[in-house]
Amino acid sequence: MIAEAGLALLWLAASLSLLQLVLGAAALRPGNDALLRVVRPVAVAQGVLIGLSFLALIWLFLRTDLSVKLVAQNSHSLKPWLYKFAGAWGNHEGSMLLWVTVLAVAGAGVALFEKRLRQDSLIATLAAQAAIGLGFYAYILLASNPFDRLFPVPLEGNGLNPLLQDPGLAFHPPTLYFGYVGISIAFSFAVGALVTRDVGPAFARAMRPWVLAAWIFLTLGITAGSYWAYYELGWGGWWFWDPVENASLMPWLAATALLHSVTVLATRAGLRAWTIMLAVVAFSMSMIGTFLVRSGILTSVHAFAVDPTRGAFILVLLAFYIGGALTLFGLRVRYVKEGSTFEIVSREASLVINNLFLSVILGLVFIGTLYPLVTQALGHEISVGPPYFNTAIGPIALALAAVMTIGPMMRWRRDELRALAGRVAIPALLSAAALLLVVLLAPGTGWLPLLGLAIAPGVAVASIAPLWRRNLRRTPLFLYGMVVAHLGIAVALFGMASDSAFTRETLIAARPGQIIEAGPFHIRFLGVEPVPGPNWTAVEARLEARRGDGAPFLLTPQARLFDSPPTPTSETSIQTLWDGQLYVAIGEGDDQGRWQLRFWWKPFVTLIWGGGVMVAFGGLLALIGRLMRERRFKREEEVPA
Amino acid sequence: MTIRRMKAKTQRLILLGLALVAVGGAILLGMSAMRDQASFFYAPADVARQGLPLDRAVRIGGMVRRGSLHRQPDGVTINFVVGDETPATINVTYRGITPDLFREGSGVIAEGRFQPNGAFVASEILAKHDENYMPPELTRRGIHQTDVVR
Repeated sequence: MIAEAGLALLWLAASLSLLQLVLGAAALRPGNDALLRVVRPVAVAQGVLIGLSFLALIWLFLRTDLSVKLVAQNSHSLKPWLYKFAGAWGNHEGSMLLWVTVLAVAGAGVALFEKRLRQDSLIATLAAQAAIGLGFYAYILLASNPFDRLFPVPLEGNGLNPLLQDPGLAFHPPTLYFGYVGISIAFSFAVGALVTRDVGPAFARAMRPWVLAAWIFLTLGITAGSYWAYYELGWGGWWFWDPVENASLMPWLAATALLHSVTVLATRAGLRAWTIMLAVVAFSMSMIGTFLVRSGILTSVHAFAVDPTRGAFILVLLAFYIGGALTLFGLRVRYVKEGSTFEIVSREASLVINNLFLSVILGLVFIGTLYPLVTQALGHEISVGPPYFNTAIGPIALALAAVMTIGPMMRWRRDELRALAGRVAIPALLSAAALLLVVLLAPGTGWLPLLGLAIAPGVAVASIAPLWRRNLRRTPLFLYGMVVAHLGIAVALFGMASDSAFTRETLIAARPGQIIEAGPFHIRFLGVEPVPGPNWTAVEARLEARRGDGAPFLLTPQARLFDSPPTPTSETSIQTLWDGQLYVAIGEGDDQGRWQLRFWWKPFVTLIWGGGVMVAFGGLLALIGRLMRERRFKREEEVPA
Repeated sequence: MTIRRMKAKTQRLILLGLALVAVGGAILLGMSAMRDQASFFYAPADVARQGLPLDRAVRIGGMVRRGSLHRQPDGVTINFVVGDETPATINVTYRGITPDLFREGSGVIAEGRFQPNGAFVASEILAKHDENYMPPELTRRGIHQTDVVR
């Protein structure tokens, strides 16, 4: 019954999106002003209905209703409730429903809260959002219906992939989707503004909070995904340049560039066409990512689909929306006014360089991710791995970080090189000192980590510099946002460089009672014991570790065997200390009573995710600051009138 | 007005030029990195046919032959034989903890380098996510698990 209700709600929401598109398009014709007022409520209703439909799916999973095919295939009655709940999107159909839910809810959010955009542009935006939604509703209803019934009803479900049975599943996919799909708002804004020829500073100011909000979620989602992979996979790595990771990185790169270019458009009325282009590219990257991850052309824990027609369906949608937006861009770009000019030495120019570097990185990730797929389709196997990405992207990312020290210190419109040199002197000296220090203390450090360790302190100091000699109370919140976000990048960069320069790995087959030396730690292997879990049993190693005279702590890595489906997984044990993490994974035991143990001592690795969270928090400060300022402006405008 | 317009246009051209240079440079950088670093995929039959690729890191893939998996006395180094639908095989050495689902008779992809004597030293064994996993590189060639499990 619930399943039928969910399906009915899904159909209703889909029809409302069609209505939203038709009404929106009609409202834009002259003389149809009466229609303008209906589009917003339709968008809100669509968001509510699809939200309810998604709740219905969650309900079915919580109740483990095995007469629903999706539940039977992906759930199990004995699973802990958290994984029943999060398992609703731990499969292909459910995750696509979440996708379209976020899309429609974001559209409803725009309909409810967007007050700054010109009304006709807003209606065009909502129509564009509905147009995207329509394609994905069709995809779900025709090719991946989550509410399909199953007959005869099985006695028990197949269970959820044990790798997904982790609290991370409750957090990482929804967060990532809010960012990933939230970027659709930027796309729809761009399409709307092209339709109504409304590309200007006011449009940019209206679009910026939406881009910021999506970008914050995307940043958090990527950070969470990275940490999840780090502790779940047991390989000690935090980024593998896996296509699914790149699929989330590409929209992030485009959205980051967009955030910076939209500032130029809002503040100085420059980079008009470019900003529109970036908005289109950012969401195109999200859709390409969806295609990569959900079409089944990749082998990954993220790729649920195996049915090739599904991949083809997404590919057609992708071509249609990206092609349509680019065509519109080509037709309308001549109506987009030329931006204001600026000097070569100015804040605008530094933001242009930021955009160039980000675009180049995006291009390199794009080529590295898609080229192997293209050659595969042509029957030639090639795989592009971390060495390519590190060599090609590392230097440019570092150059981008270096530009980041200078950019925020530059003035808008024009600046003096000499004065600028004075401002950059301190961070530059600090970087040089750090470089010298690392070369002296840790000779033989690879040049990429070396440069990273050197540039990070410079960036850190330079990112605080905009607060120098300001009245801290009167400094606007969004400036703090920039400071915190840039500082977060410096922190993360330091963590990445430190991890790749100083990680110590120890691999050993040890007997209980043995003392193991791993990096600066003495570790005593106390023994192994069996541990029962709710739907698994495990062998747990107990290890007592201490560094020097420090307090000892216990590490308990597990080798788990899940009941259904019967699958072995490895649970790492991680001890976080102030200056890094000690990480251990357990392998197999052998007939001599030895157990494989793999230790990593990773100095300052936590800064990678700490930095990521700081970046997102900076974004949040900027978002609040911008919204507060908009409100104040609005009040000031209203008072004299 | 006209001068300003001219200026705006020139600036656009300069920016466009810069962007083209940057993108061109990136493509060159990417291509060269790709040529040096892209690891090509080899099945045992490919190696038998084309000879050993000694100059670069590569990926190999196939099925772990039954009865071929041995652990060395140090407890952390393993040897196994990878085969495909042909009689060709590759001897692999790997030091480390194997992925959860790695075992004899199942599919495997390993990254590493060939030694001049034909042995393959793996630096990494790629994880798989379910027990019926076959490397897609092999499935696309029409090989299925039942064909190669001997």
